[in-house]
Amino acid sequence: MRPADTLRFARDAAAGYPVRTALSVLAMSIGVAAVVILTALGDGARRYVVGQFSSLGTNLVIVLPGRSGTGGFNPANTITSTPRDLTIDDAASLRRLPSVRRVAPLAVGTSEIAHGGKLREAMVAGSTAEFLPIRNFELAQGNALPDEDWNRGSSVAIIGAKLRQEIFGTDPAVGQLVRVGDRRLRVIGVLKPLGQGLGMNTDELVIVPVSLAQAMFNSNTLFRILVEANSREAIPAARTQSLELLKQRHRGEEDVTVITQDAVLATFDKLLGALTLGVAGIAAISLAVAGILVMNVMLVAVTQRTGEIGLLKALGASAETIRLAFLAEAAMLSGIGALLGYLLGQLGAFALRLAFPVFPAYPPSWAVIAGLSTALATGLLFGVMPARQAARLDPVLALMKH
Amino acid sequence: MALIELSGIERRFLLGDTTVNALSGLDLQVDAGQYVAVMGPSGSGKSTLLNLLGLLDRPNAGSYRLEGRDVTTLSPEEQAAVRSRRIGFVFQSFHLVPRLTAAENIALPMMLAGIAPTERKQRVAQALADFGLDKRADHKPDQLSGGQRQRVAIARATIMQPALILADEPTGNLDRHTGDEVVHLLEALNGNGVTLIVVTHDPALGARAGRQLVMEDGQLKHDSAHAPG
Repeated sequence: MRPADTLRFARDAAAGYPVRTALSVLAMSIGVAAVVILTALGDGARRYVVGQFSSLGTNLVIVLPGRSGTGGFNPANTITSTPRDLTIDDAASLRRLPSVRRVAPLAVGTSEIAHGGKLREAMVAGSTAEFLPIRNFELAQGNALPDEDWNRGSSVAIIGAKLRQEIFGTDPAVGQLVRVGDRRLRVIGVLKPLGQGLGMNTDELVIVPVSLAQAMFNSNTLFRILVEANSREAIPAARTQSLELLKQRHRGEEDVTVITQDAVLATFDKLLGALTLGVAGIAAISLAVAGILVMNVMLVAVTQRTGEIGLLKALGASAETIRLAFLAEAAMLSGIGALLGYLLGQLGAFALRLAFPVFPAYPPSWAVIAGLSTALATGLLFGVMPARQAARLDPVLALMKH
Repeated sequence: MALIELSGIERRFLLGDTTVNALSGLDLQVDAGQYVAVMGPSGSGKSTLLNLLGLLDRPNAGSYRLEGRDVTTLSPEEQAAVRSRRIGFVFQSFHLVPRLTAAENIALPMMLAGIAPTERKQRVAQALADFGLDKRADHKPDQLSGGQRQRVAIARATIMQPALILADEPTGNLDRHTGDEVVHLLEALNGNGVTLIVVTHDPALGARAGRQLVMEDGQLKHDSAHAPG
């Protein structure tokens, strides 16, 4: 039989039993759709987290007060058990490092912000002029923090877009006085709306000079020091140099933790990549189930069409021809199912993206290719047994079944 | 030259613990162009003989030469090729594929043999015209009368221009009138030189054949070609 005829014959045979065909196509398409949607979810989560970390800023090295993990026995620890403060001067000293481009100290707390009878809770970030470029923040109106001595905080503030809208409405905000905690500050700038940024909603943020924030929250230690390296290659150098310098400044005691954005990113990337793979594995089980269903359907087809198989043999069909026809039918069922499932999955991922716009639920191409080829492979694999059974039928017995 | 030469054919079936001799020690020669009727009671081995002649079944012993060639030793694939080119089947219950149209059913043996679509179309059109089925080409079997169905089946059996047509009770499911039509059709084919072997219960149909074989218990009880007188 010619290949085109085999395909046409298989297609007509499949179309001859619409319910049976629809069911197995449905099973296969659900399997493939599950792979596509679940990997879209997993990969979306990965991309979301990676995106969030990237939005922190580029080439970032972050200094945290305190030592995370145990660094072996250090005699200094036996004398001073409380970690030394991470001070503004510590941050300022990092600026002299050759591998470092910019440094921004960060002190954080919550306070209330009030103006014209309106009052609300807000997160206050104390930093310096370079905070905005390091975090890739942009101003919608006004100016950045003044480039002044870090220990001399002017009474100024930059507010987030949502805060501005809630407190000032349509009135101009820049130049107005607001009360933050027990201070009166002048608004000098408004941030562009950005949305969520890793636990810190920048649209509801108040940025003030770092020393002012420390005075407001009555604390001498910084929450973080954000260090931007000169380049991607300079990140490891910036990390070791920062650590070394701070250790020196803290009398040889390594009481800070320095993490690089890359390391954090890579960890999350790996973690969520593994999660996606796991989810894809679970979805693959549904593909195998679909394959077994196709096999059952084809076995039923062989029983249902025993008479026809006998007739085909009487008309001169070789075992090979019959095997190919049944295999083509199984491949067709799983192929159409896989294609339908792919479209269904893409539709589902699209719906997810519509429902959660911040969540980039795109199925990774490896998953799509693996899903489709697994569907085809299982369809063919599970089609072999029924096809062989059909080809082996005794024509005399098969004809009597007609 | 004899088209069919059977010698010492044995065919045994195992039914539970007992062996049934469906055919035993059968010798038969059929010349090309003959019209043979095979008769006999149920279980006499008529159908087994027909299946053996059609290469749908293999004997346990003996040899079968078709057109001078020993076909019992052929592989299943080679036997399928012989069935495709040299043998046409006509069944009592027509055995049309229900989802295919009359034209597609007629074209089925050519499709299985891998004949090009253009040639298939041409030969099907000719066959439809020859068997008076022009207006029924696109009808499915369930839209055809019994006589039309059997005509489609005969068109299908002859489309590969076989040397041998095996008909198993071809009129068994038809009324007398349409049955006669079908018999005339088969006899016309025989008139054109095709060897025709008909298995039947109907003595009237059997009497029309040029040669009558009567079977009983797997053996030839009577052969009009060698009958005394």
